[in-house]
Amino acid sequence: MSETTPIIEMRKIKKVFPGVMALSDVDFRLFRNEVHAIMGQNGAGKSTLIKVLTGVYEQDSGEIFLEGKSIRPDSPLAAQKLGIHTVYQEVNLCLNLSVAENIFIGKEPMKFGKIDWKAMNRKSEEVLARLNIDIDVTKTLSYYSIAIQQMVAIARVLDSSAKVLILDEPTSSLDEGEVEQLFKVIKKLRDDGLAILFITHFLDQTYQIADRITVLKNGEFIGEYKTEALPKLELIARMLGKELSEFHSTTHDEEKKKASAQAVTDTGTLMSARNLGRQGSIAPFNLNLEGGDVLGLAGLLGSGRTEMAKLLFGIDGADQGDIFIKGRKTAINSPRNAMMAGIGFCSEDRKNEGIFAELTIRENIILALQTRQGVLRFLSMKKQQEIADQLIGSLGIKTPSGENTASQLSGGNQQKVMLARWLATDPMILILDEPTRGIDVGAKREIMELILDLSKKGLGVLFISSEFDEVIRCSTRVAVLKDKAKIAELSGEEMTESGIMHTIAGGK
Amino acid sequence: MVGWKSLTRNKLFWPIVALAILMLFNLFFTPHFFRVEIKEGHLYGNVIDILKNGAPIMLLAIGLTLVIATKGIDISVGSIVAISAGVVAMLIGGDLKGVPKFPIPYAMGVALLISIVAGCWNGLLVSRVGMQPMIATLILMVAGRGIAMVTTNAMVVWLYAKPFAFLGQGYWLGLPFSIYIVAFLVLLTAFVTRRTALGLFIESVGINPTAARFAGINAKNIIFGVYAFSGFCAGVSGLVVCSTVMSADGNNAGLGYELNGILAVVLGGTSMNGGKFYLLGSIVGALIVQTLTTTIYAFNVPPEIAQVVKALVVWIVCLLQSGKFRSTFAAMFGKRELSV
Amino acid sequence: MKTKSIINSRDIPMLVVMILFVLMFGVGSVMFRGFFSMQNFLNLFIDNAYLIIMAVGMTFVIISGGIDLSVGSMLALSTMVTSSLLEKSHWNPVCVILIVLAMGVALGLFMGYLIRKFDLPPFIVTLAGLYFARGLCYVVSVDTIAINDGFWQTMAHGQINIIGNNFISPSVIIAIVVLIAGIFISRSTKFGRTVFAIGGNEQSAVLMGLPVARTKVLLYAFSGFCSALAGIVFTFYTLSGYALDGSGMEMDAIATVVIGGTLLTGGVGSILGTLFGVFIYGTIQVLIVFQGTLNSWWTRIAVGFLVCVFCVFQRILESRGTKEKRKDTSAKAEKTPVKG
Repeated sequence: MSETTPIIEMRKIKKVFPGVMALSDVDFRLFRNEVHAIMGQNGAGKSTLIKVLTGVYEQDSGEIFLEGKSIRPDSPLAAQKLGIHTVYQEVNLCLNLSVAENIFIGKEPMKFGKIDWKAMNRKSEEVLARLNIDIDVTKTLSYYSIAIQQMVAIARVLDSSAKVLILDEPTSSLDEGEVEQLFKVIKKLRDDGLAILFITHFLDQTYQIADRITVLKNGEFIGEYKTEALPKLELIARMLGKELSEFHSTTHDEEKKKASAQAVTDTGTLMSARNLGRQGSIAPFNLNLEGGDVLGLAGLLGSGRTEMAKLLFGIDGADQGDIFIKGRKTAINSPRNAMMAGIGFCSEDRKNEGIFAELTIRENIILALQTRQGVLRFLSMKKQQEIADQLIGSLGIKTPSGENTASQLSGGNQQKVMLARWLATDPMILILDEPTRGIDVGAKREIMELILDLSKKGLGVLFISSEFDEVIRCSTRVAVLKDKAKIAELSGEEMTESGIMHTIAGGK
Repeated sequence: MVGWKSLTRNKLFWPIVALAILMLFNLFFTPHFFRVEIKEGHLYGNVIDILKNGAPIMLLAIGLTLVIATKGIDISVGSIVAISAGVVAMLIGGDLKGVPKFPIPYAMGVALLISIVAGCWNGLLVSRVGMQPMIATLILMVAGRGIAMVTTNAMVVWLYAKPFAFLGQGYWLGLPFSIYIVAFLVLLTAFVTRRTALGLFIESVGINPTAARFAGINAKNIIFGVYAFSGFCAGVSGLVVCSTVMSADGNNAGLGYELNGILAVVLGGTSMNGGKFYLLGSIVGALIVQTLTTTIYAFNVPPEIAQVVKALVVWIVCLLQSGKFRSTFAAMFGKRELSV
Repeated sequence: MKTKSIINSRDIPMLVVMILFVLMFGVGSVMFRGFFSMQNFLNLFIDNAYLIIMAVGMTFVIISGGIDLSVGSMLALSTMVTSSLLEKSHWNPVCVILIVLAMGVALGLFMGYLIRKFDLPPFIVTLAGLYFARGLCYVVSVDTIAINDGFWQTMAHGQINIIGNNFISPSVIIAIVVLIAGIFISRSTKFGRTVFAIGGNEQSAVLMGLPVARTKVLLYAFSGFCSALAGIVFTFYTLSGYALDGSGMEMDAIATVVIGGTLLTGGVGSILGTLFGVFIYGTIQVLIVFQGTLNSWWTRIAVGFLVCVFCVFQRILESRGTKEKRKDTSAKAEKTPVKG
């Protein structure tokens, strides 16, 4: 019964953002009575595709069919009216209202011109009962856990004439029991005839729940598979955009191995973490970083890479474990502390956490150094220009002058500016979160060469990237992360792309 | 052409153009507007009056500029002006022979100290307790006027201590003395913010608080500091106000200054969204506000009606700074980009 | 995860404010002879009828996460237009009332439109509105205008006896009608619930398909209506119009709303709480009158202090609520939330 006409069919969807091809000719089909997962790395185009489907963006070309009829929703509301509903990771409800209201607001049962609270509460209980949930619906939503909040969001959708339910990263903040409960509900809804689109970064969960998988990579359609016909390892390979056979043939980069073997002056252990962890963000882990080391953090999106970096830089406070800097136990509970201890951190979110768009490139570069020096010891303009110009030159930042604002730079150059900011402080350790993301190939290579150069000078580098081949090429060792925990550390012969993938797929 | 472009890009350009247009209007429509006379070695005239009467707002605007640069707001400045005026008046005392109760410098020092404490209170609520700036300073705006009234026992205190009058009424080298206070405070602030890294840090916090934290900047201390400084500036302004009229009226001193101050800062090119700040721009902004007021006076319109015009100006400036308005506007008149 | 609201501890502020009122009234009764009487309690209604009306409008605006600073000036403008139309133009009282109310709605609509359409910050738009309306007062007249109209005289001197010798004024009836309407709107209408949703999370409200844009504009119109009506009731009380009426009253209104347990960040609050906020405000005034030696401006300080305490209190509840939830996600409390 399944392989009839799809309820949703998207054909040759194309969407271009300034400078980026977000989706190019992507096809997608969604069937009734099925759970369909979309998989892909960062920048694969998953969220853009969803946003086109739900009317947040409008496609540049291509068509969407709902039950065979061409549709073109121009807002989330329009999509909802067509029966396409989305439950987001950050639950889009009003925490200050009661559970019942969250289900019914906007379509409250009325009696004598006023809201009939009794009927509303009763109906809410009924809807929730369909999801096997029995809670006090008159309580404020904020009172309940995120898992319940998600159920309420689903309940709100159920009450209307939903045909398609999109679940965007619903499990990322749930514990195991809650996930199980959610999956039960999803299966029930699927069997009731709903078409469900499920987006997650958790591989295991995809295999637990999805009937069908569509893989995207760099905005391109890679393929649509039945879950049982696609082994986990192959899925990972597809997500990385390669054939499985390619991996086995990929040999370790001999030259680089030599380079790391005759490694530079060994400055000993720069930083180590013992049992460092934070509940809900990353499970306790051990880590050692030596001078001249490039430790790659490999894992899929949402595996806990960024969380690990943020813990080490003091952005999020650890709730257990210790950090040792050069063997001395050091409390790192703010970025300022981390900086003083000689650590630098380039965030993956350049726009919101890195670049000061309205400041000049020079100011962006000297900012961290200036903070370390303190307010009073202001670097003279001459000195600032000297530092900025030197780094602009050595990193090859393409700008007419250091006096242009950072907003005028391309992504890759902004990345270099952030790198320059930390290099100016002459750090011991650099944490680079996705420094190669969203920048062109040439710039990528430059940044990777830079990382190798730095490590030769005795710096310890923590390098995070979604591209396993980049991680392999740059790193001396690789820590593999999965589902918010560090699961292995690979080095030497094991350190290959397929090695990493086997580790992630096989648990070991 | 290139020169022209870089000129219009200069943040001071548009405020000065606005001021020039206002002046030009006065040149044609207000008789004797630009006449400056010399009496007893002092300069007199409308233009000098603008400088003199604008001084309190200019002083406030200096502190407000830094607060607004951090994406904050301080609406308690008017009340702090009243407190500062009240305290200095009570300490000097209304002795008819002009004998001060306490030495004048001591009285001024205490008034400033109390103003700084008031500013610190705002800073504490915003940076440590984490209240929205508007709400935090609202508290002092309400209570501050009460404090000012209680300090002066709800009476208008008249002062007769001659030396104190010099602050707001005196002349030095032919110009009102208050202008020198403004100049001194602007230079001092410019020096402290631009000759140290403070200005850069303030702008960083205003532009991108998260990135600033990640770059190791202690945003809390910076934010605390700018509110304390705003309190200080309002205190100085209060002293000048009190000295100009030689009286302290807890009810009316500094009434509505917060709007004038914010208007001056925003007209001067500092955005309400925080970021880059322009001290000289704020001074020009204050001059625009004062010229506007003076112009309306010159037309024999009741002075209070000036408020209607100012309110309209605020709405217009807000619209011009709103991205949404600009895009709507741009869409209406073709795709030309508006730069303000 | 954004956690804006607090967990069922939303009942606590309401409870605290009730207890606080009873305590203050009790303290007054113990300390001063003649304080504890039915009439003294009813006087709270009589003396603050206009404030209740104004605060009802303000409560809605604040629950939506906005603010309206123009209410005090709007009240003054309303008294001016009322008295001028009655005494200078000799209009029919019914026409006057309708015109004044329409004027309040119009100004509210205009400000609401600016806020909604161009995403301008409510506080700066309504701050300009404050000066705009105040300035217009002076356009009407600089002097006090006494009202001798027959209907107004009746309303001013009318006494309605209830329970023995105790009485209320006709204004109280109006205030109670507005109060009941407010409670009904906030609890039992789609408009009212949408206001809460906007205050809780505006983006969610849009995604849930609620008419956010329309509601936001209407909110300010409603607040304008309430302050215009408050102005009319104020003229029943003073039998005159004066341009300085209600200066600083916006702060009183905000203070009563906050003391009544409404969160300044929006999303949580109640009209009934606001009523108790007004009671507390009124009791402070009465206490200061009974005390005799304290200057009436202490009211301002006490109110400012209370607002501060309540804001800090709310912040603490908020942060504790978030922490609690992180630790313990299972449900325990029994009470149902207060709606409206």
